[in-house]
Amino acid sequence: MVLKFEAKWEIPFVHSAGEHGTKFFEALKEKRIMGVKCPKCGRVLVPPRAFCERCFVDTADWVEVKDEGIVTTVTVTYIKFTGLPDPPYATGIVRLDGADTGMLCLLGGIDLTDWKKVHETFKPGTKVKAVWKDEPEGKITDILYFEPLEK
Amino acid sequence: MKKVAVVGVGQTKFRTRRNDKTHPELTFEAINKALEHADIEMKDIEAIAYGTMDPFDGIYCPERWDVIAGGIGKSYMKISTGGTTGLTTALAAYEHVASGLFDIAMAVCTQRVGECVDAQPVLNTAVCPIYERHSGAGAISVAAIQATVHMHKYGTTEEDMAWVSVKDHKNALKNPNAHIKLDIGIEEVLNSPMICSPLKLLECCPRSDGACAVIFASEDVARKIRDNPAWVLGEATISDNYFAGDRPDLSHWDTLSIAGRRLFRAAGIDDPMKDIDVAELYSPFTIQEILDLEALGFAKKGEGKDYAREGITYPDGKMPTNPSGGVLCTNPIGATGLVRLAEASLQVMGEASNQIDDVETALAHAWGGTLQFHTLMIVSSKKRI
Repeated sequence: MVLKFEAKWEIPFVHSAGEHGTKFFEALKEKRIMGVKCPKCGRVLVPPRAFCERCFVDTADWVEVKDEGIVTTVTVTYIKFTGLPDPPYATGIVRLDGADTGMLCLLGGIDLTDWKKVHETFKPGTKVKAVWKDEPEGKITDILYFEPLEK
Repeated sequence: MKKVAVVGVGQTKFRTRRNDKTHPELTFEAINKALEHADIEMKDIEAIAYGTMDPFDGIYCPERWDVIAGGIGKSYMKISTGGTTGLTTALAAYEHVASGLFDIAMAVCTQRVGECVDAQPVLNTAVCPIYERHSGAGAISVAAIQATVHMHKYGTTEEDMAWVSVKDHKNALKNPNAHIKLDIGIEEVLNSPMICSPLKLLECCPRSDGACAVIFASEDVARKIRDNPAWVLGEATISDNYFAGDRPDLSHWDTLSIAGRRLFRAAGIDDPMKDIDVAELYSPFTIQEILDLEALGFAKKGEGKDYAREGITYPDGKMPTNPSGGVLCTNPIGATGLVRLAEASLQVMGEASNQIDDVETALAHAWGGTLQFHTLMIVSSKKRI
């Protein structure tokens, strides 16, 4: 028998989006999604970043991408983890039309009970569109989830 | 570059909780086992490379506590790169000796994931706080999205992945240090609860407490310490983009392929399947053993799914993989990569608990971050191939 002592980390943080990234979040308030184009490799990067990590050059050229695209993968989480969304919830990657990279995001708008049906509905390559919060506030959660374009 | 060998390894028993010991006491245990294995004393160790992933233990910079177990007065360096931490710590200790700066260096890693009541929220903090964290992603979901793509692209089935779990669990039964010991068949795996589709409970690693230590020595010293050292033939480590969505194809581990080719070229390995006798690959989730095998050239793309089912990766198969039971059965995250090297070295020395016949060369691998880092090391009973 040994003694045990409970401990807890409850430490608030405030993360900066930086001057560059702030443009992305300002656009979300107008339900628009912005990416940046690398002047060297030409990739449109979403989420945007101030430099292309492959070419090591600044990316100052902002381009608007569509709020629809294709889902490239999906998983449905069925158990509760501390501090994470209540299950079931679907996490996936969506590559928006006009972008060369994908975004890690929530998928929804359908019943998530049967994972096989979810994987069939969001099969890689399926067209999806963003479902927005009624009054966006400039946060990534303004996009509630992506749902199938054709239901 | 000097020739360097692994001359001693020590592992604690890995369990859900090691309530019997504190953080530095676990470190002390692993270090003493490694010293005993090499039959040398702490005063012989000139430098320490230490690895851990801080937030799992709930202690900021636990090296400050663990240093009392062996680092006082010595050169001390910390490595912290997610799941690659353990093996990259080994690289640091190896390079201390290969550079000629030291004759004997030790890599030591301690982690108490078991003291973290839930690891997934910690892992969720590894993804971008402003763009990605809301997605609820943790390590399991990140592996699951790899599995989804592999299934779609190559027709990989739930059964294919479940066979990896059956194989690893059978192997763990022979490893006294392994954490999860279950004699299970394919039905148990397939019927275990769904965690992150398509991955089920028995396809996911546990949270483990424990520590590991590995001692490296220069050529002259190594020969005096033991007559069966595990010579380091080569090492490689590589990084990729941060965002998971940047990977063009999640069914391929491109950076691991690149790191593998660099390593094999440096180590003089033409055909990994022929020249490597056993592999300890970092696969906390079944799908990842399949991805690792394909990325490293042990299997063609899309064919890794058949290996466990066909017995190729079993101890008596053509490519024994994770005979220790692997990461699927034991995962003290920041120490896990070092355990891969410890087990690979024991195979080369002929002293592993689940020893493969006639091992000359063994490969150790670890991945970390959001599918972002890979580290590799090859050890052999011969100084070169």
